[in-house]
Amino acid sequence: MLNIDSIRDGVVIDHIKAGTGMQIYHLANLDRLDCCVALIRNARSGKYGHKDIIKIEGLIDLDLDVLGYVDPDITVDTIRGGMIVEKKKLAKPRKLVNVIRCKNPRCITSDEEIEHIFYLSENGRYRCAYCEQEPNKPID
Amino acid sequence: MRHLIDPLDFSVEEIDALLYLADQIAENPTAFQNVCAHKKLATLFYEPSTRTRLSFEAAMLNLGGSVLGFSSADSSSAAKGESVADTIRVISSYADIAAMRHPKEGAPLRAARYSRIPVINAGDGGHQHPTQTLTDLMTIRRRMGSLSDLTIGLCGDLKFGRTVHSLIKSLSRYPGIRFILISPEELRVPDYVISEVLEPKKIPYEQVTSLENAMPLLDILYMTRVQRERFFNEEDYIRLKDAYILTEKKMALAKPNMAVLHPLPRVNEIVLEVDDDPRAAYFEQAQNGVYVRMALIMTLLGLTK
Repeated sequence: MLNIDSIRDGVVIDHIKAGTGMQIYHLANLDRLDCCVALIRNARSGKYGHKDIIKIEGLIDLDLDVLGYVDPDITVDTIRGGMIVEKKKLAKPRKLVNVIRCKNPRCITSDEEIEHIFYLSENGRYRCAYCEQEPNKPID
Repeated sequence: MRHLIDPLDFSVEEIDALLYLADQIAENPTAFQNVCAHKKLATLFYEPSTRTRLSFEAAMLNLGGSVLGFSSADSSSAAKGESVADTIRVISSYADIAAMRHPKEGAPLRAARYSRIPVINAGDGGHQHPTQTLTDLMTIRRRMGSLSDLTIGLCGDLKFGRTVHSLIKSLSRYPGIRFILISPEELRVPDYVISEVLEPKKIPYEQVTSLENAMPLLDILYMTRVQRERFFNEEDYIRLKDAYILTEKKMALAKPNMAVLHPLPRVNEIVLEVDDDPRAAYFEQAQNGVYVRMALIMTLLGLTK
């Protein structure tokens, strides 16, 4: 198995569904960080078979809503002094702001430069706050 | 401050109170003719809709108020690129309440977030048209005496008809409602209406293609227009269009106290002879639209007789 050095102070995004690590990397703006970031794809997992993992050397604030939207099964571990001091389990956020874009050309968001807001509906799908359509794709 | 953006913005109890007030207005309109004296309604119509705009204007004038506004985006500051948020902030200084029709879905909600006066959604694209829903509810209630324990038939274009979706959502909150959804396969209600409204609430419904077979079962028949442009090919349109035209022959199959509603404008989906049938309620529905808008304006402004 590929070895990546363990981190002393930082964040580990674990249990990412295999193949979606790069999407998380971009959506969480990890490409903009100056610190060392490792994306491990298709790591073996007893629970899932395979998973992706992201290790970030440095204690940063992550947008957990973005992560929860992409994959609510993700866990986010905070590491201090080489020890896990906090383990967060994510869930689908009730509200998303500027994470995903409304695809409806008849929506007011297509006409004016305004925030793209989505709410989680009763059946677990997201709908635009303005036109109630389902989303298209993450905002680049 | 309250707005009306979505038909479900009001609780069942609030809708009942509003419809009760609308009934009182219908019984004695002159008793309400000065309720809105010195109040102004702004009609912000970014796209033409003569019927809805005139209904709102008639409602405010009936209440003794005044009306100002525009009837197309060309004659508004939107033509200069002003945002909905900025427009409503300015209009809040000119009027006491606003009714907004906009081609973009969600525009009235956007306006409501920045408004200092109540905003009424007078139709936003293919999304919502809550005052049409209130009109439909008032007409059903006055005809049938209640909004409960009814078999509601919705006929025609159930896929794109926003009035149909709003009516289903609103009636789903009352007990004993059953829907018969009558349409060609191509124009059935969107899946979300089934998965997010009817099935979670365990509301009985059937999707059928024959209007004739459904007629004897119905308390209410809500007609909509099957439009040529909704079909992929001309052959299908020609094959199906007559099946969804309401005729005297089909009316003969219905209950004696059934009521026929239509959001109007009607083109050819209800033959003219049906107009004389006492079960035809669609012109009464247009009249009710004025009463219910009067009741809505009063309610949002917090005014009483």
